[in-house]
Amino acid sequence: MTTAAPAATTAKAATQNACKLCNPLGACLAFRGIEKCVPFLHGSQGCATYIRRYLISHYKEPIDIASSNFNEETAVFGGSHNLKLGLKNVTQQYRPEVIGIATTCLSETIGDDVPMILREYAAMMGSEGPMPTMIFASTPSYSGTHIDGFHAAVLSAVRTLAEEGPKRNLVNIFPGMVSPADIRYLKEILNAFGIPFVLLPDYSQTLDGGPWAEYHRIPPGGTPTSAIATTGSAAESIEFGSTLEAGKSAAGYLEAKFGVPRHHLPLPIGIKSSDRFFAALEQLTGKPMPEIYEDERRRLVDAYADGHKYVFGQRAILYGEEDLVIPMAAFLREIGVLPVLCASGGKSGLMKKRLLELVPDMEELGIKVREGLDFVDIEKEADELQPDLLIGNSKGFAMSKRHQLPLIRIGFPIHDRFGGQRLHHLGYRGTQELFDRIVNTVIEQRQNASPIGYTYM
Amino acid sequence: MAEMIGILEGREGQVYEKRQDGPEIDIACDTKSLSGSVSQRACVFCGSRVVLYPVADAIHIVHGPIGCAAYTWDIRGAVSSGPELHRLSFSTDLQEMDVIYGGEKKLYRSLVELIDQYQPNAAFIYSTCIIGLIGDDIDAVCKKVAKEKGIPVMPVHSEGFKGTKKDGYKAACSALMKLIGTGPTEGISKYSINILGEFNLAGEAWIIREYYEKMGIEVVATMTGDGRIDAIRRSHGASLNVVQCSGSMTSLAKDMEEKYGIPYIRVSYFGFEDMSKSLYDVAALFPDRPEIMKRAKEIVRDEIRKYYPEMQKFKAALTGKKAAIYVGGAFKTFSLIKALRTIGMSVVLAGSQTGNKDDYRRLKEMCQEGTVIVDDSNPVELSKFVLEKEADLLIGGVKERPIAFKLGVGFCDHNHERKIPLAGFVGMYNFAKEVYESVMSPVWQFAPRKGGLR
Repeated sequence: MTTAAPAATTAKAATQNACKLCNPLGACLAFRGIEKCVPFLHGSQGCATYIRRYLISHYKEPIDIASSNFNEETAVFGGSHNLKLGLKNVTQQYRPEVIGIATTCLSETIGDDVPMILREYAAMMGSEGPMPTMIFASTPSYSGTHIDGFHAAVLSAVRTLAEEGPKRNLVNIFPGMVSPADIRYLKEILNAFGIPFVLLPDYSQTLDGGPWAEYHRIPPGGTPTSAIATTGSAAESIEFGSTLEAGKSAAGYLEAKFGVPRHHLPLPIGIKSSDRFFAALEQLTGKPMPEIYEDERRRLVDAYADGHKYVFGQRAILYGEEDLVIPMAAFLREIGVLPVLCASGGKSGLMKKRLLELVPDMEELGIKVREGLDFVDIEKEADELQPDLLIGNSKGFAMSKRHQLPLIRIGFPIHDRFGGQRLHHLGYRGTQELFDRIVNTVIEQRQNASPIGYTYM
Repeated sequence: MAEMIGILEGREGQVYEKRQDGPEIDIACDTKSLSGSVSQRACVFCGSRVVLYPVADAIHIVHGPIGCAAYTWDIRGAVSSGPELHRLSFSTDLQEMDVIYGGEKKLYRSLVELIDQYQPNAAFIYSTCIIGLIGDDIDAVCKKVAKEKGIPVMPVHSEGFKGTKKDGYKAACSALMKLIGTGPTEGISKYSINILGEFNLAGEAWIIREYYEKMGIEVVATMTGDGRIDAIRRSHGASLNVVQCSGSMTSLAKDMEEKYGIPYIRVSYFGFEDMSKSLYDVAALFPDRPEIMKRAKEIVRDEIRKYYPEMQKFKAALTGKKAAIYVGGAFKTFSLIKALRTIGMSVVLAGSQTGNKDDYRRLKEMCQEGTVIVDDSNPVELSKFVLEKEADLLIGGVKERPIAFKLGVGFCDHNHERKIPLAGFVGMYNFAKEVYESVMSPVWQFAPRKGGLR
C-alpha cells in the first residue's frame, strides 16, 4: 500500500462560501436521534437559532434546540448559572428523558468545565426526583466541522449510557450522518436478517415523521436510552465512516471498553461497498442475504447494464463530507464516471489514503483529492477541470448556475429541493436511486441540447 | 391524549390574553431570552447581519469560527439590481490556534486578500462571540486596511452574547452612521427622501421606490435594500427619512435627525391601508407642491382598483378564518392585523421577538377579545396557542413554519426569506393569494386535527 501524501489544502486566508458547517450543528443533529432527548447548546442564543433554521430548511420538521443564552456577565463569570437555569427550564418545559448538551466556541473559550457544572446541578436537583440523563459533548466551533460534532455526540451518548453485560445476540449500527430514508432502509435490512440491533442515532422519525394531532414537546422516535445501554454487551458494532478513527468513535470506545469488536466500513454506496456491508451481516448472522436484497442487487446490476452508455466517461466534481465523498467516488468508478475532483471542507488528513483503498488506480486516473476547500476553491478547479456534472449538497447551486453544469443533489444540506430527507444513498436501493438520477441528469442534458427533440433517448 | 402545556416559570410576564375586565397590559419585554426556553430569537450578530446584509457593493466578513458565516450565506431574499457581493459568505474561519494567539493577523490578511479579489466599495467586519473574549482589536485592523486600500472598512461590534438582536441593529446603524455624511449632496432635490428599514426582499424596495418616484419624489438611498455605499454616503442630503421596520432603523433615523436635522416618519408598506397611508404621510410633508399629494391619490386609486375585484374573491373564501402572527418586529403585526381584516380574517395570537411596551399596548387596542399577545415566544407556547385558539393560519418565518405544518395549519412566510414581494399594493394581493392558497388547500383534510379522513 502506498502512503499517500497529505491532500493539498487551500492557501487562502479567508474562507469564502464554506463547504462545511460548525461542530455544534452535528451534535444537535445526532442528539435529535436519541429518544425523548432535547439538544441543548451552551453558548449564545444565536447558535441554537441559526442551527435550528439551517436544519429545518432541510428536514422540514420542528427542531427545538435549547440554549443557555449567554450574556455579558455569563461570559465574564462563567456559564454555570445559565446552564443550570437552562437545564431546569428545559426539564420543566419539555420533560425530556435526556438532555444532549454541546458546547460552542464561546463556552469553550471561557473554559467552562461543563462536566463539573453538571455534577453540581445533579447534586442541587438530586432531591427533586428523577432527573433527565445528561449527555455532554465538547464541540468547539473553532475546530473540526459538523461531522466531528456529530461523532462526538454519538460517542458521548455511548460513553454515558453503555453498560457491561453478558454478550447478547445484538449488533450495534453507527451509520454516521445519513438521511432519515437511509436509516429506515438500514433498519429494514437488519430486521430482514432477523438480528436484534441498536442503531444510533436514529432520527428517521424525529426528523421525518407524520402529522400531529396535538403538540409534542419532543417528536416521537429516536434510539431509546435503554437500547443505548445494551450497546456495551453487543456481539459486534458496525460503524460507517471512512475517515472516522476508532479513538473518536462510539464503536471504537465500545471495543476498547467492553471488547465489542468494531467492524469499520465505508458508507455502503455502490455495489462493492454494499456487498461488503451485506457480507458483514451474513457473517454475523450466519444467514444468507435475504432474497429481497438479492433481487435489489440483481436489478441494480441490470440497471448498470441498461444505463452504462449514458454515463461512461462523464467527468464529475464531487464535494461534501469526506465520508460521503469517498464511497461516492468508488461508486462513480463502478459506473464509468470519472470523479475528477473529490473535495471536502473537512480536513481529516485521511481522505486520500482512504480513497486509495477503494480506488487503487486513483492516481493513474488523475483523480484530484483536496481537503479543506471552500466553494471558491472548488469553482476554480471547475474552471480548469471542465467537468460535466457536479455531485454534492445544494450549496453548490450558485457554482452550478454560473458554470451551467447540472447539480445532482446528495447528502446535507438540500435547501433548494424538496424531499432531501427522503433521498436514499445507501445499499443497493440507495445506489439504484443515485444511478437513476445520474443517468437521467445526463439524458436530460442531451435531450435539451438536441435540436431534434428526440422522444426516445 | 392531549396534555396541558403550561407557560414557563419566568415567562408569565411575557404572555397576555385580552379579556373583558382583564388586567391592563404590561408585557415584560426588552429583556434577554430566558435560558433554556428555546427562543425564536437569534443574537446580536444576527441583528447586525440582517440590517447590513443587503448592501450589495460591499463585502461582509464574519470574523470568527465558520458557523456564523456558514449559516448566514445567501440567507436573505434581498435582491440587487447590480453587484451581488452580499450573496457571498466570507469568514476568517478561526481555528484553535487563532483563538489562542489572536485573530488580528488572519483578519488583516483576509481583508487584504478579499478586497484585492473583489474590489468592493466598502467592507463590513462583523465580530462574533469569541472576538469579544480574545480581545482582537478589530477597529485598529479596519483602520489600517481602510488606509491602505482607500475604501471604508467598517467594524461592526456584534458579539453574539452582548445583548439581544436589537443591540445588533444598533451596531449596524452606527456602522451606517459613520458612512453617512461622507458623500456629496449636490443636486439632491428638496423633494427627496431616504427609505429606511426596507431590505428589498423579493424586490420590494423597487416597488416602493417606484410609487414615490411617480409622486415626484427623489429617493436618495434605500437602507439597506439594493443598497450602495455611495448612496448611503450622500443620504444626509435627503429632506426626510421614511422608516419601515421601525425596530431596526429608528435609531439611525434619530441619529440622522440629531446630526443632520432630517425629520423622520414611521410607515409600513404592508396592506392597502398602511401602504396608502405611507404615501399620503410623505406627500403631506411636502405641502408646497400639491401635485405630490395629487399623484399619491392617483396611485392609490389606480392600484386598489386593479386588485380590489380579486381581493373580494379571497375575502369571500377566507371570512371567519383565524390567524396567528409571530414575527420579528411588532410594527409589522399592526399592519398584518389590518391586512388580515381586509380579507375577512381575525387574529387570535399576535406576538413578536422584539416588540416594546408601547407596541404591545397598541397591539392590545387593535386586537379583539380573547387574543393572546406574546413577547419572545417559543415553539411550545406558539403551538399551544395555535391549537387552543384553533388558528387556520400561522404567519411567521422559517422557524415557525414546521410548527404550522405539523399541526395541520396553513402558513405564510413573512420573514426575510420570502421570495414573493408582500409590500406595496401588489404585495397585499400576493399576501392574500398566498394566505388563500395555504388556508384553502385541500391537503388539510388529511390532517389529524381535521379528522384525518379516517
